[in-house]
Amino acid sequence: MQAVSLKKFFDSGTLFVWMCGAGLALSLLMIGGLLALIFINGMGYFWPKDLVQFTLHDGSYVLGEVTGHEVIHDSVNADSPEGKGRIQLKVGNRDLYGLDFRWIDESHIQAQSTPTDVVFLERREWGNFYGRPHRVMQGDSVVASGHQEATTALFPLIDRANEIHEDIHYLERSVIGDINHEIEAQRLSLRALELEGRANQSEVATREQEVAVLQSRYEAEADKLRVLYTQLEEYSVVLEDVNGTTKELAVGQIIRMLQPNAMGVGEKVWAYLGNVWTVLSEEPREANTEGGIFPAIFGTVLMVLIMSIAVVPFGVLAAVYLKEYATQGALVRIVRIAVNNLAGVPSIVFGVFGLGFFVYAVGGSIDALFFPEALPNPTFGTGGMLWASLTLALMTVPVVIVATEEGLSAVPREYREGSLALGATKLESLLRVVIPCAMPGILTGLILAISRATGEVAPLMLTGVVKLAPSMPLDGTFPFLHLDRKFMHLGFHIYDVGFQSPNVEAAKPMVYVTTLILVGVVIILNLAAISIRNRMRRKYAGSTI
Amino acid sequence: MLVPQFKSGTIMDIVHTPSQKTTHSSSRLKVEVVGNGQKMMQEQKGQESEATIPGSSRPKIDVQQMNFFYGSNQALFKVNLTIPENRVTAFIGPSGCGKSTLLRCVNRLNDLVLGSRVEGKILIDGQDIYRPEVDITDLRTRVGMVFQKVNPFPKSIYQNVAYGPMLQKISSRSALDEIVEKSLQGAGLWEEVKDRLHASALGISGGQQQRLCIARALAVNPDILLMDEPCSALDPISTGKIEELLHSLKEQLTIVIVTHNMQQAARVSDYTGFFLLGELIEYDDTKKIFTNPGDRRTEDYVTGRFG
Repeated sequence: MQAVSLKKFFDSGTLFVWMCGAGLALSLLMIGGLLALIFINGMGYFWPKDLVQFTLHDGSYVLGEVTGHEVIHDSVNADSPEGKGRIQLKVGNRDLYGLDFRWIDESHIQAQSTPTDVVFLERREWGNFYGRPHRVMQGDSVVASGHQEATTALFPLIDRANEIHEDIHYLERSVIGDINHEIEAQRLSLRALELEGRANQSEVATREQEVAVLQSRYEAEADKLRVLYTQLEEYSVVLEDVNGTTKELAVGQIIRMLQPNAMGVGEKVWAYLGNVWTVLSEEPREANTEGGIFPAIFGTVLMVLIMSIAVVPFGVLAAVYLKEYATQGALVRIVRIAVNNLAGVPSIVFGVFGLGFFVYAVGGSIDALFFPEALPNPTFGTGGMLWASLTLALMTVPVVIVATEEGLSAVPREYREGSLALGATKLESLLRVVIPCAMPGILTGLILAISRATGEVAPLMLTGVVKLAPSMPLDGTFPFLHLDRKFMHLGFHIYDVGFQSPNVEAAKPMVYVTTLILVGVVIILNLAAISIRNRMRRKYAGSTI
Repeated sequence: MLVPQFKSGTIMDIVHTPSQKTTHSSSRLKVEVVGNGQKMMQEQKGQESEATIPGSSRPKIDVQQMNFFYGSNQALFKVNLTIPENRVTAFIGPSGCGKSTLLRCVNRLNDLVLGSRVEGKILIDGQDIYRPEVDITDLRTRVGMVFQKVNPFPKSIYQNVAYGPMLQKISSRSALDEIVEKSLQGAGLWEEVKDRLHASALGISGGQQQRLCIARALAVNPDILLMDEPCSALDPISTGKIEELLHSLKEQLTIVIVTHNMQQAARVSDYTGFFLLGELIEYDDTKKIFTNPGDRRTEDYVTGRFG
């Protein structure tokens, strides 16, 4: 009786259904857990945490953000099964302490408090400062002294310093950058004339004159720049850490000052949103561990877009030929198998190919033909946006081919015959009926290609990604889109910040933030493609009435 | 042994009776597209009075010693038949008997089938369509086709009808508008869809979709219309509408229809060919096929003893 019902249970497939359900649940749990981990850690980074001041038994003070807690492994024994805990604090003040982080045994703590007058200073160098401003100086004279007065006096000075920094940034990047660009252009055109053997006296003289004019303009701008830099040094602040150690700092070194312990929830939310915006819109500082990651976001998105523009025509043409024109036989079968296998080739192999073929062979030839005056400095003969995008396009083209072929197979034979019966040629049928109907399939391929390409790092390291790009691949200088430039990428940024950084502990939040943004970029790019696909599906698959 | 047993006398009658419309077809081809639309209308009006008068006609399609192979599999065996102009000719027979294959040979849609091979000739207006110099796209604009599976393109109603004319590089908006209207009227669909020409063709009913396919075929101005079981997926009312349509269309077109529905063949066709296992068993006046067939197998089939 038991055996019969057990057999029935197995035969009914209930067990199988449960196992499938459990498998699915486990997968979803893992994905959800991963995303939650990234999300919580990434989003938590932006929150202005309270600064906690600990009084230790030895009479000293420690001030910082609590960043972690753990049980000391060796302390767990029969006497104390709970063990002793210790707290990780971000104490900042790298210039004073040498380390940003410090572990404190809970047993050493006598008291803890959150004094409202402590400040958190974000600096351009040496990381954060936690402590109190002691006095504000203009040159040698004291402007304000005492914690409260100094803090109040500091806020407008910091705003002013930030404005000066913006001016400096504009002068350095746009004005002086343009002048340098023009000087370089003059030098290159002179060099080009020399190479062609047409560098006569007057040509050289004209150019030297031009350069002299530019040089004098440069000097003028550089003077302005020097003035601005001295303005930054005008005010300074004497800071005092929680144990009374002082440190003098030019106000120009400070980006931002917060008093997190004195802030209400509304102010914190505002500061939180400001932090998010900073990360999304600014350039990185301090070996990428501070500041924003805008160049990396921009580089990633631009690279994926260029890759999409390259991969779709390639993949669709190949698939249309394979499916519609090639005689279906052994050769086509072999080609198809090869294409499928290509999708499984490790990406670094594509990177090596991209380096050898695109960068050295194609790029080198382009330099020799079109940019000989710049040699030995390579223009296209080095890694850059174009080569990285094309390498990724090559890597993802099998996905697009396979998906397009599937899409073409799914187009009903009646559509093709209906079109041919109206006197359409095969090409007309393809262009007007078959390929539009296969568009959802093609876009599915594109979605898969985008997902794979966005997260790929290995081939990029060989073909154009850098840790810190001095200029963006898209800017205001003609021809605006600089495909030869190196660029930053979120995936590489994670690797660089997380594993190549001099201060790994301080960079950890940045790793989570960058990961979160990378996931966000993948999701946004995919959603865009999916919404286009759904619109196509609606158009080609049913009533719109 | 494979010679089709049709009454040669009947065919000869069709072929040799003087035709009233001999010049009609050829002149119609030369008429401007727009002009023809109007002409089509006039003919539709005049047709009602003429419809019952049994006219005689010249041959339009002449199939000679036709063999057809799918790879090594022979689907048609030495088929000979002559289809008269401006008549409806029905092909009946059990599934797999080759009637659809023959139909698809007339617009050379079978060329697409990998490994297919044709022997023999099909003459349209005396010209062999399997000559190498024949332009297939030209042929297909002259020989329209309506399929068993209703297949409007996933575009708007307007774009469906305008598809063929646009292939012929007619791009003037007004000309296209006129063709679309005339074709939809010709297919008896204009009144039903004139307010939603730019709605998706997939949103109208199955019967309307099939008439849209007919309109689409009419838009390229063919002189032959092939119909491959056009009503097999439709309800009786839609079927009735399409059958009525055939009566009006045959004034301007030569219609060949493949059908599994013997009542339909009896209702709509002037001549009927019965196929069995790739052979044309009997080809004659529809009335004769259904009342007094010359072959035992035809009789068995039309009376439902096998099939």
